[in-house]
Amino acid sequence: MNIGHNAAPTREQLTSLYRTMLLIRRFEEQAVRLVNEQKMPGSTHTCIGQEAIAAGICGALRQGDQVLTTHRPHGHFIAMGVDLKALTAELMLKQTGINRGRCGSMHLVDPDHGILGANGVVGGGVPLAVGAAYAAQVRGSGQVIVTFFGDGASSQGGCHEAMNLASLWKLPVIFVCENNGYAEMTPSTAHISVSNIALRAPGYGMAGVHVDGNDILAISEVAAEAVRRARAGEGPTLIDCETLRMRGHFEGDPERYRPEGQKSEWQARDPIARLAAVLSKRFDVPADELEAIDRAATGAVADAARLADADPAATGRDILDFVYAGEAA
Amino acid sequence: MKELKFWQAINEAMHEEFARDDCVTLSGIDAGTPGGAFSASRGLLERFGPLRVRDTPISEAAIAGLGVGAAMNGLRPIVEIMFMDFLSLALEQLAGQGAKQHFMSTGRLRVPLTVRTMCAAGRNAGPQHAGSLETWVAHIPGLKVVWPSTPGDVKGLLKAAIRDDNPVIVIENLSLWTAKGPVGGEDHVIEIGKSEVKRAGRDVTLVCVGSMVQRALAAAGELSAEGIEVEVLDLRTVSPLDREGILASVARTHRLVIAHDAAKPFGFGAEVAAIVAEEALTELDAPIRRVTAPWAPLGTAPAQELAYYPGTEDLKAAVRSLLG
Repeated sequence: MNIGHNAAPTREQLTSLYRTMLLIRRFEEQAVRLVNEQKMPGSTHTCIGQEAIAAGICGALRQGDQVLTTHRPHGHFIAMGVDLKALTAELMLKQTGINRGRCGSMHLVDPDHGILGANGVVGGGVPLAVGAAYAAQVRGSGQVIVTFFGDGASSQGGCHEAMNLASLWKLPVIFVCENNGYAEMTPSTAHISVSNIALRAPGYGMAGVHVDGNDILAISEVAAEAVRRARAGEGPTLIDCETLRMRGHFEGDPERYRPEGQKSEWQARDPIARLAAVLSKRFDVPADELEAIDRAATGAVADAARLADADPAATGRDILDFVYAGEAA
Repeated sequence: MKELKFWQAINEAMHEEFARDDCVTLSGIDAGTPGGAFSASRGLLERFGPLRVRDTPISEAAIAGLGVGAAMNGLRPIVEIMFMDFLSLALEQLAGQGAKQHFMSTGRLRVPLTVRTMCAAGRNAGPQHAGSLETWVAHIPGLKVVWPSTPGDVKGLLKAAIRDDNPVIVIENLSLWTAKGPVGGEDHVIEIGKSEVKRAGRDVTLVCVGSMVQRALAAAGELSAEGIEVEVLDLRTVSPLDREGILASVARTHRLVIAHDAAKPFGFGAEVAAIVAEEALTELDAPIRRVTAPWAPLGTAPAQELAYYPGTEDLKAAVRSLLG
């Protein structure tokens, strides 16, 4: 999927993005249920309301590009095409999970699908992305590296250091801030000194763009341009995606900090409903086709959970495997 | 065998590994154009170009993350954290990220990273510049830590670190910088995790590493004149510790002294002592002694350094105390 700069997106491209976004939404809704049924132990952070960012940014990448993400990573993994059953199994801490139950939701990693890792440390992946981009530059691999991070991570020292270095060296990296209104339970207004993170880009000598994080068309266009710049050797871009986390910081968060009416206000900006409206009004996609996409997504995530649930739990027998590379596993 | 100074051996190791493998890079503060703050990277920029040899901002977290991320995407990078005190600024990227990638990815990611860092003990560098902080990294599963004591060893261990598929911290003593010694050729690679008997002796094993080895050898030489033969065991690698090498030496001497420049509590001496206590207690003819720095930060003045670091006399006294 690559909606070029200024090129009008096709029906096929937008339908594909719609499919990805719905898959993420239904996966996350199911994750909430599985957490409540105590089938997903550990800490689970869902990205409901933020699906357009994962779909739009990852949709602008090509084979070989790499992504580093956050403790709220499911959407990015799905948008990068990770196997749903293996992903679900990992979240359920099964032997058959992507990481054999070592990682769970927050530490997921799947290099086979271009993902160098979620991250259990806020901002932890941002310097790594700059390293991966440096490797791409030295090797002349043509890869673009994307690092997702939140408004909370934007205050981490390592992020500032990494952005300065990436801009200085014109590395092929894209910094995507999912500015979702909260760092854990603290609102953005209480923890960042600017209204959007892209305002900091000029301070690093970097291109910065603020975009409606719930508008897949706008995100896709911004992503395509950032990818073009990175691949052309023009350096990094800092994209601030304004969105709202529609659930708690973690599943189980009582969300006492939410202002009244906030969610219903943002419900009107729901990225999936907005894309559905575009598809039906601008492209005459019939309602039953959109419903079929939804049914397929619902079915796919349910199948993944049913299969994963039957798999054996991760064992403690292999805990010494892969501590060091080059040792027998 | 030719003789080189310690820093020249580092320089030669990097030149050889850069020529051997296009994936080897060097990044750090003053690493490129100035040729290293202490000349160790001299000539690399001119020979291998500005993409592979780069000066960085003073940003230790980004330098470490740069190394880990580049290693995850196909390079075999060397990064410099100028003084090991500054490892604290890089520790999340090294210990939280780099050390765990192979484990978390169940073997699909590798981090063939070398971190060169310096211990400036003995050069009046002061409380924030001369720490012996090897335990910060030695306690992390997934990391390896080597600490060479001679020009030959630094060449062989640095080359091993660069070729290793894991993150390896290489500690270099500034006090050894101009020490001269024989240095092997291009194939001189020393296995990580193996100690070396630097001087054989029947009476007491003296376990040490890095610049402490020189003081240990001096003490052993002086004690020999008294009829006491000390076996100086240079660990060469702090993590993973060479259990077999330690136990074999204790089995020969039946007495053990461990010396390091770090403070005593939780220092690697405690680990060495515990290994021997757990696995070879009946071999011992005397209690284990540790000779270490005191539980305090380091001062800068020469007299303060002398009072802080174990010296040859301290080592001799500890050895004698076991033979009473």
